[in-house]
Amino acid sequence: MSILTRINRRSLTPYMFIAPAMIVMAIVTIYPLIFQFWMSFTNYGLANLRQGAPAPDWVGLENYVKILTSELSIPNYSFLRLFLYNIFWALSNVTIHIILGVAIALLLNHPGLKLKRLYRALYVLPVLIPPIVVATTWRNMFNQDAGAVNMLLGLVGQVFRIPPETFQLDWLRQVEDPISFIPLPLSYYAMLIANIWLGWPLNAVVATGALQAIPKDLYEAAEIDGAGKWASFKTITLTYLRPAMVPFAIYGFVVTFNLFSLAYFMSSGGPFGRTELLVTQAYRLVNERQLYAVGAAFAVVLFVILLTISLITNRLSKATARYDDF
Amino acid sequence: MTTSKRRSFREPSLLTKILLQVAAIGILITVLFPIIWVFSVSLSPLNLIRPDGLNLIPKDATLEAYLQVIERPTGNPVSFLELAFNSMKIAGGTALASVSLGVLAAYPLSRLAFRGRTFIMLVILGVLMLPAVATLAPLFVTLNSIKLDLPILGTFNLRNSQLGVGIAIVSGSLPFAIWNLKGYLDTIPRELEEAASVDGASQMRIFRSIVLPLALPAIAVTGFLGFISGWTEFYYSWMFLTQPRDFTLAMALSAMTGTYASAIPWPLVSAFSIMLTLPPAIVYLLSQRFITGGLAVGSVKG
Repeated sequence: MSILTRINRRSLTPYMFIAPAMIVMAIVTIYPLIFQFWMSFTNYGLANLRQGAPAPDWVGLENYVKILTSELSIPNYSFLRLFLYNIFWALSNVTIHIILGVAIALLLNHPGLKLKRLYRALYVLPVLIPPIVVATTWRNMFNQDAGAVNMLLGLVGQVFRIPPETFQLDWLRQVEDPISFIPLPLSYYAMLIANIWLGWPLNAVVATGALQAIPKDLYEAAEIDGAGKWASFKTITLTYLRPAMVPFAIYGFVVTFNLFSLAYFMSSGGPFGRTELLVTQAYRLVNERQLYAVGAAFAVVLFVILLTISLITNRLSKATARYDDF
Repeated sequence: MTTSKRRSFREPSLLTKILLQVAAIGILITVLFPIIWVFSVSLSPLNLIRPDGLNLIPKDATLEAYLQVIERPTGNPVSFLELAFNSMKIAGGTALASVSLGVLAAYPLSRLAFRGRTFIMLVILGVLMLPAVATLAPLFVTLNSIKLDLPILGTFNLRNSQLGVGIAIVSGSLPFAIWNLKGYLDTIPRELEEAASVDGASQMRIFRSIVLPLALPAIAVTGFLGFISGWTEFYYSWMFLTQPRDFTLAMALSAMTGTYASAIPWPLVSAFSIMLTLPPAIVYLLSQRFITGGLAVGSVKG
């Protein structure tokens, strides 16, 4: 921990530095959050918005009860489904990102691969593209009639003499689940593909950094000791990867959990709100439904969920201690 | 035997090399496929109803989609430059505000002992956990109730203005800027400051002539990240703004794609996407070393 400079206790200097930011934050960040908390116990709606309109009524916990018991008067809303899907969405994505990221980092770190620098530079291109453009592009790619994905599948199918009509998939709107025993719509898989494309490169960058920090003689020593490739991978490579990958996985989980762009622009939450996330639902409550009070209560619920997640992940990252921490 | 084994560790066989290269190229194709597809569609003529095949260069390739984007990308009478100028104002203004306020606040949080320091840091950390969407309702309602009457700008509703959008963005970007800059300042060795302090320099002097120059990479990075998120900001501008002359690039892109897939102006959307992506991507590529340096150090929160 850093050592702080002790200055005269009554000195106002620190406050002079911090005051402008704190005043701005108090007005534009803290006040809205407190106001939000108050709003969440009222029935603030469109009728209270106009200037000179009557103040909203106090309704107590009604908004919270309606949110948690799925009694909101909007179509396709179920809190439990939303919550479970959101957790599953983040977990499934991050798991695949990490496995792919590590695998590709191993490939990029292999002594037999030429043009490493070129590959590394080109592989991170997806990260440079703004989220809204990524989501729009993938939405168009998965278009039923003109999207590149169906066309590509058609071309591949031709090789096996499958008629191209087989691949007229309505990726983002099909109602029936593609795999009958897994209750996930086709749009989930489309978004998963898009997010894998977007997500693995940064994981590979982090894993590459960790791999390059492994002393080469460790492998040679293991080999002399008669350890096989798998054994040295498990004991050396994974041991060195873990301290870098665990915090990044946690970070990735939170980012994916709140990933607005794909759920909002690609599938619009469909079909029937089944790929909606908590953040997109929060946005729709305020933006499309103008249920300001319900939206405020929903944001408070979201805050509690995120706080719980960060407390759990803090525990997790402490449990998987770093190898260099004693 | 050991020697030959060690040699095999260093010199992979030709087959291995070929397989590795094939795998790397295969991955590269999946990475580039959507990007190339967008480029290809953007070169199609405007009267194209829908792409009818996967061609690297489409039939009758033309740049007319780009010309149309520059002139008038959406149904509204607004040019690309006007949209870009709006996005630029919002992105530049919010980045500047949060970085300049942020670096001032980060300095005492990183260096000085004072009452309330821990409390302030906990508040910032708590706010950082919230996604931007989570303060939409109160910001909308509050800003909507404020009517401003300014000398040059005239009378307007703060919510329905770029100033209002900027305020909403700063609400999230300022805590981030403070935290990121504090993290970076924590990593700068403080011998110089101690020496200056012994020589009798004031805190303001130390901040101005020692800390500020040393923190320049982090300031640039934080500003750049703030600019990028402002450049494509969507939630607030989409919710707040109603006058076409205030619209931003991200709003235009969202409006273009529309709800009905059959009505997508394919070449236009593609050309617009590319023109929206290029400015920040070029800045990033030009300053890559600088940015990754400032980020890697700045992210050590320890």
